[in-house]
Amino acid sequence: MEKKKLTIHLKVWRQKDADSKGKFVSYTVNDVNPDMSFLEMLDVLNEELIKKDEEPIEFDNDCREGICGMCGSVINGTAHGPQSGMTTCDVRMRMFKDGETIVVEPFRARAFPVIKDLAVDRSALDRIMSKGGYTSVRTGGVPEALSLPVPKPNADEAMDMAACIGCGACVAACPNASAALFVGAKVSHLALLPQGRPEAARRVERMVAQMDEEGFGACSNHGECEAVCPKEISITAIGRMRREYLRAMFK
Amino acid sequence: MRFKMILASSLSKKIYMSIAGLVWSAFLLVHLLGNLQLLNPDRDPFNKYSYFLTHQTGEFIYLAEFLLAFFLITHFLYAIWVQIGNWRARPQGYSMVRWAKNTSKRSLGSVTMIYTGALVLIFLVLHLIHFKYGEVVYYTPKGYTYQIRDMYFTVMEFFRNPVNVFFYVAVMVLLGFHLSHGAWSAFQSLGLSGKRFTPFIYTIGVLFAIVVAVGFVFLPLWIYFTRGGAL
Ligand code: HEM
Ligand code: SF4
Ligand code: FES
Repeated sequence: MEKKKLTIHLKVWRQKDADSKGKFVSYTVNDVNPDMSFLEMLDVLNEELIKKDEEPIEFDNDCREGICGMCGSVINGTAHGPQSGMTTCDVRMRMFKDGETIVVEPFRARAFPVIKDLAVDRSALDRIMSKGGYTSVRTGGVPEALSLPVPKPNADEAMDMAACIGCGACVAACPNASAALFVGAKVSHLALLPQGRPEAARRVERMVAQMDEEGFGACSNHGECEAVCPKEISITAIGRMRREYLRAMFK
Repeated sequence: MRFKMILASSLSKKIYMSIAGLVWSAFLLVHLLGNLQLLNPDRDPFNKYSYFLTHQTGEFIYLAEFLLAFFLITHFLYAIWVQIGNWRARPQGYSMVRWAKNTSKRSLGSVTMIYTGALVLIFLVLHLIHFKYGEVVYYTPKGYTYQIRDMYFTVMEFFRNPVNVFFYVAVMVLLGFHLSHGAWSAFQSLGLSGKRFTPFIYTIGVLFAIVVAVGFVFLPLWIYFTRGGAL
């Protein structure tokens, strides 16, 4: 059965580059297939814009299946759109009503300067990673499977933490533009595993210092991050980061 | 860890705020329990308690006052510092914000902390002026050979005025909002969190806020309606 096509009104944030002032521009997209993804709808709009010789809307994306962490916009006031546990590329047009106006804004934070339109520069997160989101290299052959026992609960929790794709939605949703959930996930992931323990104190200290350096806010425990995180990473990650930090304080 | 980081990192700031906030929360509970003696029609127990605290605990009272002042100032200064940093972290705000609900703990209390806190601070200064440094009346309790301050009388007089009652009730409601987020948040800021512990402490925090706010709202109203003001 043919599904009813939607008419969608958009208010999209257009900004030439980091230094110019941006503004909202309204567009209407007709005949939107409800099974389209949100980004496909933007593709359709961009094709129309190109045909009319206008600048297409710039937005980040890559895998379009919720695993790479490249996409990210604030859709109708919520990072990654209205449903929890999703990336922007997971958003489907059937989640909107026919004739609805959708407001699309970039992730906003001092640490995430706009590159163009909806694309923002999230390299601040990479610089935090470079301060300790790794274990120092160990050379040699592949170790014997059971030579380094990891308790099953730790392995599970470390895996949950490792699910972070570095999309930055936690920063975007946080009233303080804090990166605590991202850093919490990275610190927790390695702190839970024996391979990460030796450098745990140094890691949390350096990553937190870099996080502050980048101009992210402090965590006020509002918990918006957890609610928008596409990987549903719990704020207990932030709790663990703080425990690791307290340990490091007394070192 | 470097000294500067221990004092000034985003995580440290919240650690000190939470310790100071918890000390004050504990004090509020003790203060409320002590004040329940105002419900007693006999003025002696409340006045003797007040006299005991101020005159019979030796140096302890000075230590306690110093610590409370110290923690309040710490909490206040870090609050301003944290809040300014948080505002600066997003120079251009969103034109549309829709709270994510789901598991989010964002609430009216959590987004107004700096305002409820600031009003509580103004209140605390006035509160000291009203009572600690307020009108001093002496009397001799039954069985005493010397005079002590009749604090009970000062309180009863103060709450005959409906304006005072309204002001106290209003600020105590705001304090309730501050604690509705603050109490559990302090534990989370100290890293005391977990899959089972977090929902537990969140509930306890909200209950604590309700008990403190309802208690402090009830006292002035009760005095007003049973001891004169409204009669
Ligand atoms: C009776 C007095 C007060 C009590 C019992 C109290 C209690 C608390 C508690 C327990 C927290 C949570 C701390 C944390 O999560 O680390 C908190 C947070 C906060 N308090 Fe207070 N507080 C009081 C007075 C004040 C004052 C005078 C201010 C000054 C403006 C203030 C401003 C704040 C702010 C802004 C926060 C949130 C900080 C953040 O997470 O970003 N409070 N308070
Ligand atoms: S914690 Fe969640 S919201 Fe934040 S960067 Fe990682 S995946 Fe994205
Ligand atoms: S495009 Fe890869 S997660 Fe959305």
